[in-house]
Amino acid sequence: MTLELILFLVLALIAVATAMGMLISRNAVYSALFLVLNFVTVAVFYLLLGAPFIAMSQVTVYAGAIMVLFLFVIMLLGAESLPKAEVLPWQKPLAIFLAVLLTVEASYVLITRARPVGEILPPGDAVNTMDNLRQLGMTLFNEYLLPFEVTSILLLVAMVGAIVLIRKDRRVR
Amino acid sequence: MVPINYYIILSAILFTIGALGVLIRRNALIIFMSVELMLNAANLAMVAFSSVLKSFSGQIFVFFVIAVAAAEVAVGLALIVEIFKSKRSIDVDQMNSMKG
Repeated sequence: MTLELILFLVLALIAVATAMGMLISRNAVYSALFLVLNFVTVAVFYLLLGAPFIAMSQVTVYAGAIMVLFLFVIMLLGAESLPKAEVLPWQKPLAIFLAVLLTVEASYVLITRARPVGEILPPGDAVNTMDNLRQLGMTLFNEYLLPFEVTSILLLVAMVGAIVLIRKDRRVR
Repeated sequence: MVPINYYIILSAILFTIGALGVLIRRNALIIFMSVELMLNAANLAMVAFSSVLKSFSGQIFVFFVIAVAAAEVAVGLALIVEIFKSKRSIDVDQMNSMKG
């Protein structure tokens, strides 16, 4: 068992445990904090996979901006926890059963049918050089220029949409 | 050396936990966080494939997914705040009428 494998297993355990913690926490603030930890763990996976730029984007955008927005809304609404009420008592066991089935099924299909081959080697020093980032930028702005521009419009539309949804209705009802 | 299968299984497990969260939780914010977890699981698989194939395309897709997730969160949280204003609750079981 190599060092990378041990590191992977420990990080995988943390990722799954924090995801479960997010799922079962009664308090929404705890859920958000568990999810931050999960995102940071996934960022470490990105570093192991040789994607430092994506790892840093993950930390700044996901763990930073998005989760702060979540925490802000949770505290703004005061919606930390909801009163217990079961509308559909059979729904939770059924959902858990189906989720386990989905995991087994997805793993089986992905491994036996898709047959992914290859091993993740630890990233070399080349990943940390400016050249790696330059190549990423060249790919982004040459091959994927149109999606990039569409993303900018999407962000603008989202911003306008959020403002339109939140602002006070000026019409007289 | 970690086989890519391990990353795919981890991704599948995280995705399922996210899907389970959407199914069993009633707090709209937690459902939303579970959606983020599912996006993240897909991102992990894409970066793993990108690493094996020695191609940047997977990483760029992940970059776009992160941007789309940010846009989605802005609009979604605005909707949740708006629902809270009219219903005084973000329990999805309470959202059972068409007229806000």
